[in-house]
Amino acid sequence: MNWSEFWHMGGYALYVWASFGVTALLMIAEPLLVGGRCRNVRRRIARLRRLQQEENP
Amino acid sequence: MSSRLVNWFHFSSPATFYPLAGRLVPIFAVIAVILIAVGLYLSFFVAPTDYKQGEGYRIIFVHVPAAWMSMFIYLVMAFWAALGLIFNTRLSMMMAQALAPTGALFTFLALWTGAFWGKPMWGAWWVWDARLTSELILFFLYMGYIALQGAIDDTRRADRAGAILLLVGVVNIPIIYFSVKWWNTLHQGASVSLRGDVSMATTMLVTMLIMALGFWAYSIAVALKRVRCIILERERDAGWVGKLPEIRA
Repeated sequence: MNWSEFWHMGGYALYVWASFGVTALLMIAEPLLVGGRCRNVRRRIARLRRLQQEENP
Repeated sequence: MSSRLVNWFHFSSPATFYPLAGRLVPIFAVIAVILIAVGLYLSFFVAPTDYKQGEGYRIIFVHVPAAWMSMFIYLVMAFWAALGLIFNTRLSMMMAQALAPTGALFTFLALWTGAFWGKPMWGAWWVWDARLTSELILFFLYMGYIALQGAIDDTRRADRAGAILLLVGVVNIPIIYFSVKWWNTLHQGASVSLRGDVSMATTMLVTMLIMALGFWAYSIAVALKRVRCIILERERDAGWVGKLPEIRA
């Protein structure tokens, strides 16, 4: 089996690659989004804490 | 190990669970990457071509694990919700909240890959078949839970309302699972049944199970990562949060 045959998937290319492609896309995007959210939360809390310390040292 | 009892309530404190979850995330992430890599290799290069559906059947290797996870994650969320309502543990509610987006993701993927499998095999992207419709309702339950939690400002009320919605929605899970038995559906019967009957070749079954285990490890890793954000958000005024190195820096 060569690569063009592999990508062709016996005529089911659209269906197979749309299924695997979207699954891969979402399962890569979700951890990245969660990571970004955690970074934002940590930054926001650190800023709040700094502000509190400046106000009442 | 000694016969000493493990005090599970020790881990129900956000302050002790936060670092534990932090240590578990990379472990489950590595397990997920390895299992999914092996599963994908088996899916495309080892599993034989199906005599009836040709190469098109390979969609099964994401469709079935995603559908299993969509139901399993819901049950786990309902378990945490019940625990949260009974013991009034905040962390249980946070766990349910952390799992919801991942459960919704797998439900969407089960529907999406199902559509792309149904089109070439049945000739339709969608039919109002009992299995498909009940899975769509599961998607709405996830969305309803997320929306309800987000709409209530008071966290404790949001948790309780969400938990009750989750517990009521559990009735849908057996409906999805047994729909192919109870009704005449276009959707095929169970690939693997609870009684241990398997209606497929061993290579295909092993591939599907490895993918399912990979998705399972993925879900644990993502949910634990997300629960860490939720803990920080909710406990931001607690003393232990201020002492964390990632906050002080």
